[in-house]
Amino acid sequence: MSDLSDFSSTKGADSELQEFLMAEKQKAQFHAQIHEFNDFCWDKCVDKPGSKLDSRTETCMTNCVERFIDVSLLITNRFAQMLEKGGGMH
Amino acid sequence: MESLSTGSLSGAQKEELMDQVKQQIAIANAQELLTKMSEKCFKKCITKPGTALDSSEQKCIAMCMDRYMDAWNLVSRTYSSRIQRERNNM
Repeated sequence: MSDLSDFSSTKGADSELQEFLMAEKQKAQFHAQIHEFNDFCWDKCVDKPGSKLDSRTETCMTNCVERFIDVSLLITNRFAQMLEKGGGMH
Repeated sequence: MESLSTGSLSGAQKEELMDQVKQQIAIANAQELLTKMSEKCFKKCITKPGTALDSSEQKCIAMCMDRYMDAWNLVSRTYSSRIQRERNNM
């Protein structure tokens, strides 16, 4: 999935096709992200798989996804601030 | 991947191309899910690999698969509602 982006610069590609590919790319990225979240939140939250996901596990999974996104946002913002200050990277 | 010069694609060809792209993405998605499920459920259910899968292991695998799907769908719902919320906050 890494590089569909050069499609957008394909000369003569019609816009309908371009739009379609961009939309599909976005969907694929969304799915890839879910696979990743599910992968590590499963490890964190699911002990022994039972006959259904109990509410504790469900809460853990939801919190896991939400907190991971919080962390990404926090880190991204803080990193941007670091760059702005011109420090950090040497 | 073949080179994409789409200048001379007929409507039907374009439709076919789009269908193929969709299909390929769906296949890739299913493969990713399969790989992850096998890995995760093997880890959960097969503690000591014996000479065959016994019935309790098979039951565990079946249950684990169902729970993995549940978790996937839960993560998907959580993620998309978070995206929605972040968009509203922009």
